[in-house]
Amino acid sequence: MRLNDDLIESDIAAYLEKHEHKSLLRFITCGSVDDGKSTLIGRLLYDAKMIFEDQLASLESDSKKVGTQGENIDFALLVDGLTAEREQGITIDVAYRFFATEKRKFIVADTPGHEQYTRNMATGASTADVAILMVDARKGILTQTRRHSFITSLLGIRKVVLAINKMDLINYSQQAYDDIVDDFYAFADELATDLEIQPIPMSALEGVNITSKSNETDWYDGPSLMDYLETVPVGDRRLNTPFRMPVQWVNRPNLDFRGFSGQIAAGTIQPGDRVKSMPSGKQSTVQRIVTATGDLEQAIAGQSVTITLDDEIDCSRGDVLVSAEDPSEVSDQFQARLLWMSETPLLPGRRYLLKMGAKTVTATVNAPKYGIDVNTLNDVPAKTLELNQIGVTTLSLDQAIPYDPYDVNREMGGFILIDRMTNDTVGLGLVDFALRRASNIHWQAMDVDRSALAEQKGQKPAVLWFTGLSGSGKSTIANALQKLLFAQGKHTFTLDGDNVRHGLNRDLGFTDADRVENIRRVANVARLMSDAGLITLVSFISPFRSERQMARNLMADGEFIEVYVDTPLSVAEDRDVKGLYKKARAGEIKNFTGIDSPYEPPRAPELRIDTVNNSPEEAAEVILGFMREKGLLNGG
Amino acid sequence: MKNLTHLDRLEAESLHIIREVAAECENPVMLYSVGKDSAVMLHLAMKAFYPSRPPFPLMHVDTTWKFREMIEFRDRKAKELGFDLLVHVNEDGVRDGVGPFSHGSAVHTDVMKTLALKQALDKYKFDAAFGGARRDEEKSRAKERIFSFRSAEHRWDPKRQRPEPWNVYNTRINQGESVRVFPLSNWTELDIWQYIRRENIEIVPLYFAAPRPVVNWNGVDIMVDDDRMPEELRSTAVTKSVRFRTLGCYPLTGAVESTAATLEDIIQEMLLTTTSERQGRVIDADQSGSMEKKKQEGYF
Repeated sequence: MRLNDDLIESDIAAYLEKHEHKSLLRFITCGSVDDGKSTLIGRLLYDAKMIFEDQLASLESDSKKVGTQGENIDFALLVDGLTAEREQGITIDVAYRFFATEKRKFIVADTPGHEQYTRNMATGASTADVAILMVDARKGILTQTRRHSFITSLLGIRKVVLAINKMDLINYSQQAYDDIVDDFYAFADELATDLEIQPIPMSALEGVNITSKSNETDWYDGPSLMDYLETVPVGDRRLNTPFRMPVQWVNRPNLDFRGFSGQIAAGTIQPGDRVKSMPSGKQSTVQRIVTATGDLEQAIAGQSVTITLDDEIDCSRGDVLVSAEDPSEVSDQFQARLLWMSETPLLPGRRYLLKMGAKTVTATVNAPKYGIDVNTLNDVPAKTLELNQIGVTTLSLDQAIPYDPYDVNREMGGFILIDRMTNDTVGLGLVDFALRRASNIHWQAMDVDRSALAEQKGQKPAVLWFTGLSGSGKSTIANALQKLLFAQGKHTFTLDGDNVRHGLNRDLGFTDADRVENIRRVANVARLMSDAGLITLVSFISPFRSERQMARNLMADGEFIEVYVDTPLSVAEDRDVKGLYKKARAGEIKNFTGIDSPYEPPRAPELRIDTVNNSPEEAAEVILGFMREKGLLNGG
Repeated sequence: MKNLTHLDRLEAESLHIIREVAAECENPVMLYSVGKDSAVMLHLAMKAFYPSRPPFPLMHVDTTWKFREMIEFRDRKAKELGFDLLVHVNEDGVRDGVGPFSHGSAVHTDVMKTLALKQALDKYKFDAAFGGARRDEEKSRAKERIFSFRSAEHRWDPKRQRPEPWNVYNTRINQGESVRVFPLSNWTELDIWQYIRRENIEIVPLYFAAPRPVVNWNGVDIMVDDDRMPEELRSTAVTKSVRFRTLGCYPLTGAVESTAATLEDIIQEMLLTTTSERQGRVIDADQSGSMEKKKQEGYF
């Protein structure tokens, strides 16, 4: 490293002291493909003298081999790390770069320009203070530029550099520059009211207006990029908001010590401060702020500490310690903005894992209210969200969690969604506000309760859930079983897929999203019927494991009996009672289970029925035997 | 109210990462390489859980060719701090007599390091392993996540990395998969040295200059650490004042001539020097992109 600081040679201790107390700025560079992001960062590293001689040597040899700048150094090669990227000449993933000047240390997130890597850009933006939006002076504001500005503003970045690059290719024309700036301001007005924009004309390739002002743009009176980055204020607004600390880990080395470890998300804390543990709302007083190098008199946002309290209140991982005077709210229903990050679209009604702070809960994501067109920022209708799409939706959680709106605190209002099967991170969400619905609609307590209703009928309620391919024999077996139960004087009802689709679910089709909603409704109807004391037979293809699990979770323990009508596809297709397979094979029916839509067989059904070797009547007897064995046929 | 410095922020982020693994993973381990980055990582682990002990063991993948001083330091440090120390050696490699002098650096590293690490992770069924890698070390590292997922075959797929917004980490894995966790991702070499100085962290004396016997092997000065070095090479040894910028297997670790005997001296030398840290390692030299290939194959 060839830093030109005399202190290094003359007084290293003084140099280190100075360097240790620099502030830190995190920024992100984003823009369209070929706008020159990597070249800019390479140039910044080069001009800040952060490139070692051996790196420079390999850069020079690489530039000649695969560079795009002829005999000149191709700075982009310095940051385009992965082999695939070098070959294709694009930046695939977000890369983090580090450099320092006399005034500041910097962490740079270099993010991809391609549309399919928007999620990586959001990741880079989530921790950045400043965004550098790269614009090719010849092309002006593009769709990508709009989307990227929208995403950085969505994720809470309020300081933006509009880097109008490749000015050398338009002869440093002020007119062209002014037009682009006007264009951007017109668009940015709708992004956020408190956005601070700094436009800078530059050429990353030629080093114009990067580390110092250049003569080529004598008409420009703003700062160079480096001047701006070194001086832009990085006030941590989290310090002035009420205290919040998500509890990561309960620290219990022995019976005499019980501390709560976490990274402070907002505000400050001192021994003697009153705090609440959310969601329980139990109050206590901070006793000590413990660290390995001694107790602290005060801790502030950003620090990782361990806090002990005066009282033995209930508090565990995922709870949040908050200021007692200004506590966070708690809710289990939210409206949120969602950026979808998976190639598998959002399935409204499906349950995902939601992780916010140290808390992971199960969340049902409802159908989007609307999507957001990133070019116009207009609302557009959306039934689901595809990869890189942004929408506004509501979520229902299986338990209430403490939160703050994202615009107040990133850590307390930002969450990820995780697919429960693949474990992939599929969505990024920002809490806007809680829905009051959940707390206002109370359960109506009934004097005549479900057990009274069942007792009156002299039976125990149960839900027999028949799942299997179309034509597997679900309805035929359910029908045979209902006859047997009826003969024994049991009160029963059958919910049949075809019949329900004529009424309750007539608005639903056969897409994955509609199938999920179909099952959600039927499962809730079955639940109401079992509350009424009935034995309910549900005969639905119900192809997805997660929705059958959702139905199971709705019912009381032991009341859900999954009956897998296991008929091989070839047999069901041979039978083809309704002639549907023929149509599906001919392409006349789309999304047909087993043909062009998947069926996920149960892993551990209560009963598996072999319809090849058993008649429907024999199958019904098997199920009846199972119910008898489980005591479900005894009086209520 | 005092503002947090760069080092304060890096420390707080690392403690958060280390705690998150302890809270969410079933069977974590901290890979300890005995180097300066490992020393910092160990120090951070002690801080993260204080006054409790870190709830995971240390593991050293021993190629049997490490400097003797490293092994002494390792055993003493683990004992001092009260860690369980697991040492894994690829016994197949030992039986076949694999070593850098007889087999060359590529085969030796593959068998005694990459393969040995996979063996060890499989043997103890660790689902999470901390490593001390930093993003500023090498280009492909710059793009790696803090939580980096490996298939059941220990492979890294750079195109299937999970997004990591804010400080929210998705630690969930499927059966057989594992995650490598890099709490020092955002630290630079200078940050490491400054932190060692600020926190007074003990490091292996090999980092400091001293008169040591070295020989020139394949254009690099290496230290004579034991008599497994071929006699004809050993006989060429001369004593020079040298130190090491990274530590590994002694025949594969280039010494630099230096008189830097204190931390300040080392930092000064580093700031004034003109070659990057990894140049002393033999692995990177063969071709560009070699580290990325090794990572995809399971090298840490």
